[in-house]
Amino acid sequence: MIRFLIRRVVFGVFVLWLVSLGTFLLFFVVPGDPARSIAGRQATPETIALIRERLGLDEPLAVQYWTFLKNLFRGDLGYSYYNNQPVTALIAERIGPTASLVIGGALLWLVIGVGVGILSATHARSLLDRVTAGFVVAGISMPTFVVGLMLLFVFNYLLSTVLGITFFPGGQYTPLEEDPADWLRHMILPWITLCTVQAAIYTRLTRGSLLEVLGEDYIRTARAKGDGNRRVVVVHGLRAALTPVVTQLGVDVGYMLGGVVVTESVFGLGGVGQAALQAIVNLDRPVVMGVVLLAAFFVVLASIVVDIAYSFLDPRVRLS
Amino acid sequence: MSTDGDVLVRVEGVEKHFPVKKGVFFQHEVGRVRAVDGVDLEIRQGETLGIVGESGCGKSTLARCIAGLLPVTAGQVSFEDEPISGLSRSGMRPFRRQIQMIFQDPYGSLNPRRRVGSIIGDPFDIHRLAAGAERKRRVQELMELVGLRPEHYNRFPSEFSGGQRQRIGIARALALRPKLVVCDEPVSALDVSIQAQIVNLLADLQAELGITYVFIAHDLSVVRHVSTRVGVMYLGKIVEMAEGERLYTRPQHPYSAALLSAGSVADPDEAARRERIILTGDVPSPIAPPPACRFHPRCPKAQHICTTTEPPLEVKPGEPADHVTACHFPVRPGERLGQTGLGAEPPPPSTGEPTAESGGEGGTA
Amino acid sequence: MSVTDLAAEPMPAGLEPESIEGRSPWRLAWSRLVRDRVAIASLIVILLMVAAALAAPLFAALTGHSPTDQYRETGLTDQGIPVGPGAEFWLGTDSLGRDLFVRTVYGARISLLVGVVATLLATFAGVVIGLVAGYFGGIVDTILARAIDVVLSFPYLIFAMALVSVIGPSLVMTTLVIAFFSWASIARIVRGQTLAIKEKEYIEAARSLGASPMRIMFVDVLPNLVAPVIVLATLLVPTAIVFEATLSWLGLGVDVRIPSWGAMLAESQSFFRVAWWYLIFPAGALLLTTLAFNLLGDGVRDALDPRSERLFATRRKGKP
Ligand SMILES: Nc1ncnc2c1ncn2[C@@H]1O[C@H](COP(=O)(O)OP(=O)(O)OP(=O)(O)O)[C@@H](O)[C@H]1O
Ligand code: SF4
Ligand SMILES: [Mg+2]
Repeated sequence: MIRFLIRRVVFGVFVLWLVSLGTFLLFFVVPGDPARSIAGRQATPETIALIRERLGLDEPLAVQYWTFLKNLFRGDLGYSYYNNQPVTALIAERIGPTASLVIGGALLWLVIGVGVGILSATHARSLLDRVTAGFVVAGISMPTFVVGLMLLFVFNYLLSTVLGITFFPGGQYTPLEEDPADWLRHMILPWITLCTVQAAIYTRLTRGSLLEVLGEDYIRTARAKGDGNRRVVVVHGLRAALTPVVTQLGVDVGYMLGGVVVTESVFGLGGVGQAALQAIVNLDRPVVMGVVLLAAFFVVLASIVVDIAYSFLDPRVRLS
Repeated sequence: MSTDGDVLVRVEGVEKHFPVKKGVFFQHEVGRVRAVDGVDLEIRQGETLGIVGESGCGKSTLARCIAGLLPVTAGQVSFEDEPISGLSRSGMRPFRRQIQMIFQDPYGSLNPRRRVGSIIGDPFDIHRLAAGAERKRRVQELMELVGLRPEHYNRFPSEFSGGQRQRIGIARALALRPKLVVCDEPVSALDVSIQAQIVNLLADLQAELGITYVFIAHDLSVVRHVSTRVGVMYLGKIVEMAEGERLYTRPQHPYSAALLSAGSVADPDEAARRERIILTGDVPSPIAPPPACRFHPRCPKAQHICTTTEPPLEVKPGEPADHVTACHFPVRPGERLGQTGLGAEPPPPSTGEPTAESGGEGGTA
Repeated sequence: MSVTDLAAEPMPAGLEPESIEGRSPWRLAWSRLVRDRVAIASLIVILLMVAAALAAPLFAALTGHSPTDQYRETGLTDQGIPVGPGAEFWLGTDSLGRDLFVRTVYGARISLLVGVVATLLATFAGVVIGLVAGYFGGIVDTILARAIDVVLSFPYLIFAMALVSVIGPSLVMTTLVIAFFSWASIARIVRGQTLAIKEKEYIEAARSLGASPMRIMFVDVLPNLVAPVIVLATLLVPTAIVFEATLSWLGLGVDVRIPSWGAMLAESQSFFRVAWWYLIFPAGALLLTTLAFNLLGDGVRDALDPRSERLFATRRKGKP
């Protein structure tokens, strides 16, 4: 178990290093000069040279990367080219909306996806199952930003023009600690947006996985022992059936904590994802590197957590 | 080197161990499965050598070593006095035409995505022996030879029954007119009624084409009628080998005797006469086989010496020269094997000293 | 078919003489697919979509509107608001007075082109890498499997955005980026399948006949991978289309001058309160396309893999 963990952590660090290297090198393919863009169009060559020196941009590539790594170990991700804000501070400031979105959304899609998935599996081939399947394909086919735009269209335009009330404001973020009610009102549409595609995926996953487990021997044995059908499903089936669901959840949450670019952008929540988008458009290398590393970190962390959860959930899996 | 003109294949001290590995970045061996652990035998021109033994005793592994499909860990397999172990793929190529295999699983051994004609014609393609109409003609000849309808040339394996699939496998194996065909449990997966058909087909083909067979089975009754000689395998070793009928009527190794008593006996009178010797305990793990005589934890005749000294595979006094047995206390004709000995106890840990437990029948050791 | 030259030989009992040709697994799958009405409807939608995309210049000629020209006189109201659907502009106009119908049809070209080409590239790379890794095993497999893991744990959307933004948006770039982040999931599945197939006795049989590794890989392994790969590829197309639309919507997709659904939806965002058609038609086209591909993919999977059918069957029997 310990050795397994060490192996996973080593590989995780390796991935993070590759991601950092990849992102770093990426920005040297850029034809533009960050110093020039920071200084602005009218800057004198002296100013630009000064900025270059201050940022260490005149050093060889390897030295710059080494400096970056050294700072990284001290928890220093550098300063935004754009507004000079420390990248760590920027991320700390923007993580709130992202976390609200991901955690709330994940709870929602988990409840819907697993719930409907179980119903669908226990009533396989029924009308319910077929209707669900239709919704699932529709959900999976929807690009997230289209869902968001549609929700805005319905709630912020159709309903508000017809009824004259705005149920859910589209856009901006109220921190939870400031005004929980307003936070909720602002988060509902983003959650639904995030949830549409995800709930569909989780429904399909739960249903498929549960059906597979239901076909396995040990469920048959449990049934032979005389348990009621429902209990058999819940007690024996779910634990094993939820293993892939947990895996997927870990991976998804990991991905999303690194920034939910699309949903955040539709609703202007101003989370990490939106910060990443802005930074990318501005070619603000330190911020992009910070956000990409953060995202990769969460992904790697999630995959390790998932593997550990695996061994607890599925009696058939033991880490070796 | 050739001393015995009619020996087709000589297997000398062949071992095949599968490493059990751990670790992802730095793999290291934590043990080895001794699937085949020192086998000597010879296969004579034109005979059928039966090999029997319980599941997992290494029969398939031995078969694959003989067919050159697995590199051996130690030892040597020679075909017509030419060593073939350790040959490269291209060095092995000429021998591939001489040695073929028929597999146990009639479903797994035929590629479900290929037509029968292309499966049987594969050998002609691979060895560039025939193509086009010539290849088709020869494939259809083979199909007729094994009792398939040549018109079914374009069908897929899924459209055939198990017995017919096995016929397809036989046709493929015969395409190159090999001298040796290793049949790895060719009928175990088939219905009993079909088993006889396939066994008879193999016998007919042998008579017609003069093929030599190694015929593997996990119970003795299947090989009884076809085998010239029969070898009994236990945990990676041959423990007894004799001319066919002799092994059935005068088994010397307690394990052979036990297998015989466990096997389905066609003749009810014989079944009544025979006392069932129950093989107690599971087959020990081939990763850590019991020391000395590997059969001792389950043997009704085991004595102290069986746990300390490995019995050599040798001709016992008064027995014909081709009846070899690896046992300190060979079964005498008419002897009754009760459920006593070490086997009556739970198998002792292989590292411990099991002697205290050995209340064998004589206790004379 | 007359078989006069073949003497009538004793034939194994229980063989019906008809269908000498043999029903190939493909033909069986095809006949199952044809009976699946949803899949066929989806196929028709996709073919119509492709036809419309190919005939886009024809529609431009028919309406007399180019996809990029701005018809400020006829296409915008006096207040500068887009005009709605009508005889002149079938689906209305956008904020610059361009013909939405013509642009939507041209947008189909981008979506389909990027979706299909990226899928083909990713599928090709994924199959080759997965096959080689699974078949050869050993160090080759270790390296390739790690590479697959690394790509799968990259925060791909952010990284793709950065890549496009740095190198500059273009059709080729977008396609390559999407392919780059899609091959790994295919490679992983192909590798797993190859590992399973490699253990089959028919592979051993081929080796015992003296077949070379290349021959085994292409003649014996590959045909068994075709079915899962077709399913994966069909389901990858809508993913790639969504990927492209999302990048374009974020302003990081194909060149903004080319009409694409994602970019059109981005433009519509500030106008849909006054011009619903601006949002609804591109969104509808996008949804219809992804939905059709997903439904077709499901149909193809069911047709190729009747095992899921059996799963349903046993489940049904087991129901009390
Ligand atoms: N490729 C392999 N890697 C590791 N262990 C193996 C491998 N092939 C076989 N073994 C092990 O070697 C032992 C002998 O296997 P083998 O297949 O030769 O037995 P068998 O006598 O043919 O059994 P059966 O009657 O079930 O076919 C078994 O314990 C098996 O688990
Ligand atoms: S009597 Fe001894 S040597 Fe003979 S089989 Fe039994 S244990 Fe082995
Ligand atoms: Mg075997």
